Amino acid sequence: MNSLFGKIPTILMLVSPILITATGGMICERSGVVNIALEGLMMFGAFATATAHYFLEASFGPASIWLSLLIGGLFGLTFSLIHAFASISLKADQTVSGTGINLLATGVTIFLAQVFFNQDRTKQFMLGMMPNKAGIYPTAFIALVILILTWFILYKLPFGLRLRACGENPHAAQSVGINVFRMRYIAVLTSGFLAGVSGGCLVLTTNTQFSSTTVNGHGFIALAVVSFGRWKPLGIGGAALLFGTALAFSIIANDYTLLRKLPSEVFNIMPYAITLLALVLFSGKNYAPLSAGKPYEKGAS
Amino acid sequence: MNKTKKLKQRRPLGTFLQESDGAISVLVVLVGFLFATILILIIGRNPSGMYKAILQVLTGYNVKNNQFYVRYIGEWLAQSMPLILCGLSMGFAARVGLFNIGAEGQYIVGITVAQLIAIFFPQIPVAHWLFAILFAALAGAIWGGIVGWLKAKYEVSEVVATIMMNYIALYVSRIIMLRVPGANTYRTPNFPETALLTNSFLQKITNGSRLNLGIIFVVLSVFIYWFIIEKTRTGFELRATGFNKDAARASGIPVVKSIMLSMAIAGAFAGLAGGIVSLGAYKYGRVLAANDGYGFTGIAVALVGNNTAFGTALSGLLFGMLSTAQPLMESNRIPKEITFIIQGLVVVFIAIRVGFRMLVAYFTKKAPLKQEKTLNIKNPQEEMPNHE
Repeated sequence: MNSLFGKIPTILMLVSPILITATGGMICERSGVVNIALEGLMMFGAFATATAHYFLEASFGPASIWLSLLIGGLFGLTFSLIHAFASISLKADQTVSGTGINLLATGVTIFLAQVFFNQDRTKQFMLGMMPNKAGIYPTAFIALVILILTWFILYKLPFGLRLRACGENPHAAQSVGINVFRMRYIAVLTSGFLAGVSGGCLVLTTNTQFSSTTVNGHGFIALAVVSFGRWKPLGIGGAALLFGTALAFSIIANDYTLLRKLPSEVFNIMPYAITLLALVLFSGKNYAPLSAGKPYEKGAS
Repeated sequence: MNKTKKLKQRRPLGTFLQESDGAISVLVVLVGFLFATILILIIGRNPSGMYKAILQVLTGYNVKNNQFYVRYIGEWLAQSMPLILCGLSMGFAARVGLFNIGAEGQYIVGITVAQLIAIFFPQIPVAHWLFAILFAALAGAIWGGIVGWLKAKYEVSEVVATIMMNYIALYVSRIIMLRVPGANTYRTPNFPETALLTNSFLQKITNGSRLNLGIIFVVLSVFIYWFIIEKTRTGFELRATGFNKDAARASGIPVVKSIMLSMAIAGAFAGLAGGIVSLGAYKYGRVLAANDGYGFTGIAVALVGNNTAFGTALSGLLFGMLSTAQPLMESNRIPKEITFIIQGLVVVFIAIRVGFRMLVAYFTKKAPLKQEKTLNIKNPQEEMPNHE
């Protein structure tokens, strides 16, 4: 039992990036825009953070980590602008534009790595993020703060109510003077920023460089977390914890004789299988924002 | 193809671009290449390296030493095969209004089944590989059909479901292949000769490329796709479901069956791709560590091909060309990732093609916009990814 207790830092390390991305994804979908580009945006963020940290490390010391995270977030935000422009202003198919960004991410990040470092990954930085005395990385606190802040904004401030209204019934929102386009832009860009930061957290805690396999599906897991958590802060908090634990077990299962007999892939499958199952079980009731995925056209209907 | 049409009909270019999806695709690809060229210039390399590589893939002609290498043409065709099939997979579902991101998973299931049959099935000439790829297609159909069933019966969003199924497929495949006798962490023992799709004649005319018998099945698939969609009653029902689900249901079309059937057929194409790659390009079973990516590129292929049979075949050849040209680009000091950038850009441009049409309208001063048929995926207001 004691050893299981000792695994908590590992679990939190894996949960944090998923939770941060999922929070962004939730904000985005609550405003009515489906964002399957989360995976790609995380790649952009991870790449930018790893690169910035490599270059800034020497001159800024520990402050470089925070600066790099910010740069990662801004990089994610920049590319989410494409998704926002396509799906909000041009009313494009949100799945297509998201897929485009995901495809673009693999190309652009490795291309830039080739340009900067002459190899298909970034050069290794010296020092990643450091855990505190209990072995817990600061990313866990960042994730928690972001989640609580999001809950507060979405449910306690008028701004959050307006944002949610845009996802449920944009025409009604427009009729009471809410600028649906602006709300959706804010939501998509926020999710881009958060995905970027989370990619940065991922690379700074679990790795020493960025390569094409760094993000490896975390963005898609976050997407699953949003559905499984039923688009609610508490729900996605729990879902992220569950999925992160499953992921952690694929790494730490080796420490337990009983679990070692199972292929570690079983734990890899769990988040996806659980999500699928949950989607089926909850299928009768509709938890998703009503207008998520539908482009908004002024004056129509 | 579009260019000759353009000359024959002598319509004003603006109107033509407004009305033809094919023309928009060509425009989008050209703009993608333009971006890539500019990008290469920005990083201070010579873009002619990219075009030389592409020329060599298309014709086998190497500009540097003035020689023909016919092997590259064979490699190009071989590389295009899974891309065309995955494009058909994505496209077929799109015609019914579904977004099949799951071609990758269906492809992996196809690979796994083909590899198992190749290793364990008795070594009967022809029947061995034929069985392997047919069952690969069947496995893909089941994998896709499950998503169709979930969508039709429980209204589970096919976008989320297919993404989940992709990862499940990858890890299930690993669990199974790691347990094949003699397998290590990345490969199984060699397949018996009878399981391979390699063909000495095809190898001879292409000077030892990986071109194999799979090409026959790819050509067949393109025609089958065209035939089902355009010429059969089922195809009509599927398309009607894609245009307007409610209208289709009201006119007596079994919508639930249509959705399941379309995902199953889409899965069969991707599964076939898996079978062809595993028995045509490799001599041993692979324990997959990551996605091959054909399924994801297939999305771009179908989007550029406008989900038509022959358009998809052409755009599959285009993307196959890009991916075959990668090593040649590397040797010309062009980062090969430029081809992924072109793919991504093309998909983004397709997404914003309404914007392209507006631009064209602006420049040609033709105000009335044609009703945009986004993607052929039905009326976008209808019900895109909606997590019902």
